[in-house]
Amino acid sequence: MGEREEQRGGGAPSGPGPMAGPAAPTAAKKVVRKWEKLPGRNTFCCDGRIMMARQKGIFYLTLFLILGTCALFFAFECRYLAVQLSPAIPVFAAVLFLFAMATLLRTSFSDPGVIPRALPDEAAFIEMEIEATNGTVPQGQRPPPRIKNFQINNQIVKLKYCYTCKIFRPPRASHCSICDNCVERFDHHCPWVGNCVGKRNYRYFYLFILSLSLLTIYIFTFDIVYVALKSLKIGFLNTLKETPGTYPSHSVLICFFTLWSVVGLTGFHTFLVALNQTTNEDIKGSWTGKNRVQNPYSHGNMVKNCCEVLCGPLPPSVLDRRGILHQEENAAQEETCSRGPSAQGPTAAQGPGGQAEESSTQQDGSLPHPSAVSDPFCTG
Amino acid sequence: MRGDLPSSPPGCIPPAHLTATPQVHSLQELRRSASLATKVFVQRDYSDGTTCQFQTKFPPELESRIERQLFEETVKTLNGFYAEAEKIGGSSYLEGCLACATAYFIFLCMETHYEKVLKKISKYIQEQNEKVYAPRGLLLTDPLERGMRVIEISIYEDRCSSGSSSSGSSSSSSSGGGGR
Repeated sequence: MGEREEQRGGGAPSGPGPMAGPAAPTAAKKVVRKWEKLPGRNTFCCDGRIMMARQKGIFYLTLFLILGTCALFFAFECRYLAVQLSPAIPVFAAVLFLFAMATLLRTSFSDPGVIPRALPDEAAFIEMEIEATNGTVPQGQRPPPRIKNFQINNQIVKLKYCYTCKIFRPPRASHCSICDNCVERFDHHCPWVGNCVGKRNYRYFYLFILSLSLLTIYIFTFDIVYVALKSLKIGFLNTLKETPGTYPSHSVLICFFTLWSVVGLTGFHTFLVALNQTTNEDIKGSWTGKNRVQNPYSHGNMVKNCCEVLCGPLPPSVLDRRGILHQEENAAQEETCSRGPSAQGPTAAQGPGGQAEESSTQQDGSLPHPSAVSDPFCTG
Repeated sequence: MRGDLPSSPPGCIPPAHLTATPQVHSLQELRRSASLATKVFVQRDYSDGTTCQFQTKFPPELESRIERQLFEETVKTLNGFYAEAEKIGGSSYLEGCLACATAYFIFLCMETHYEKVLKKISKYIQEQNEKVYAPRGLLLTDPLERGMRVIEISIYEDRCSSGSSSSGSSSSSSSGGGGR
């Protein structure tokens, strides 16, 4: 029984063990794991356990700002306030800080819900189906756009064909031009966390910005309390002179600006969660306007929507990053990569709002399209 | 390929634990020695939203290989499993809230409900392959290995087509009755 499980493998939770049978000298060769051959522009660390986007500079800045501000807060204000007011102050701040860091790292390091690209057999099968539906196109004429219509909850939803991944994208999925992957329930690509935000890590992202808002408000409040208390004792100017540099004012300034952006973002995402919408849909205006369909995914009840988005079942990653790559799979992957994104297919007439993604993938994915699907609220 | 399967009177399905090893060998040999004729892909059915469901439409390529009813039953059972995995209810909320309260560290030691159901699905597919599909020269691939996009059914060529089709039909008619 156990032997059978090992051989069939589970997929995401634990990759298939080395296949007993074929006499591959795995002891001598270095084991190649699937993450090393995955297409797309992601960085993998810790032998495939960590998955991020390629550009990580802004993520390091986020870490620096959070760690730096909190370190200074704990080092200076907390010592004074714990004695003067209550020791619970640093304890609560520590809890908030740890929660924010845990959710940030979870958001940044996990698979957002990437849909693996179609293997050659599957891609060929879909192409055949498309040609069968469209019929032969006379030479010189543009073939019709590759769109499938589905009815969900009495609304017609169009599925678009992704030329890079060679699949019909599931509803709510979108192709991120920065990471060059199709992501399920794509929200946006956030440079501050250095990863896409999609189905699998949206709740971590939301909890991160929520806990960061609370942490920022907390530190901001107690910075002011600290300055006020000390000023009462020794005067305002002396307070500024005493603490290293003009530290409290720096901290207050950072908190002030962070407050408005992060709290605003949290408010926006709370609105999206309550309506069960994604940032991508909101920007494209998929569900607004008289002539558009209503959101078929909303339960109509805000509480139910929140529960589903934040506490619903979490699907495991289908990428199987740590699985061991066998030789025939390696050959199939290389064949998919060598073909590259298909050059055929029109750039126009892809359906409303889809043009940004399609045209950027048509550029062979060589240049990241900065304006496509980046979160406009994530400034920088 | 037919000669590799354990000899049993047509219509008699030997108990799994007795034929565990020979059946696994036959599946492996099926992949290695039999030549792959073609593959059929059963696509996702999005009429219920983004939940993972597969179309129960019977592919025409399987017309001569397997009964419609068996195929539909397999797909419906799989759909039922996926619906169970993605069910939104009390237990899933409890799991979500508990995980949130522990800052998701609990996932380092605990398996999610979804993962448990996926393991059940994997066992079911293996069982179906052994009992129903391999004797007909077909092989189901777990959708998890294809990114939950399709159920891939590999159709293998019959070496001795006339003999296998007659034995296939007789065993399928009896397995249709008893092989639940």
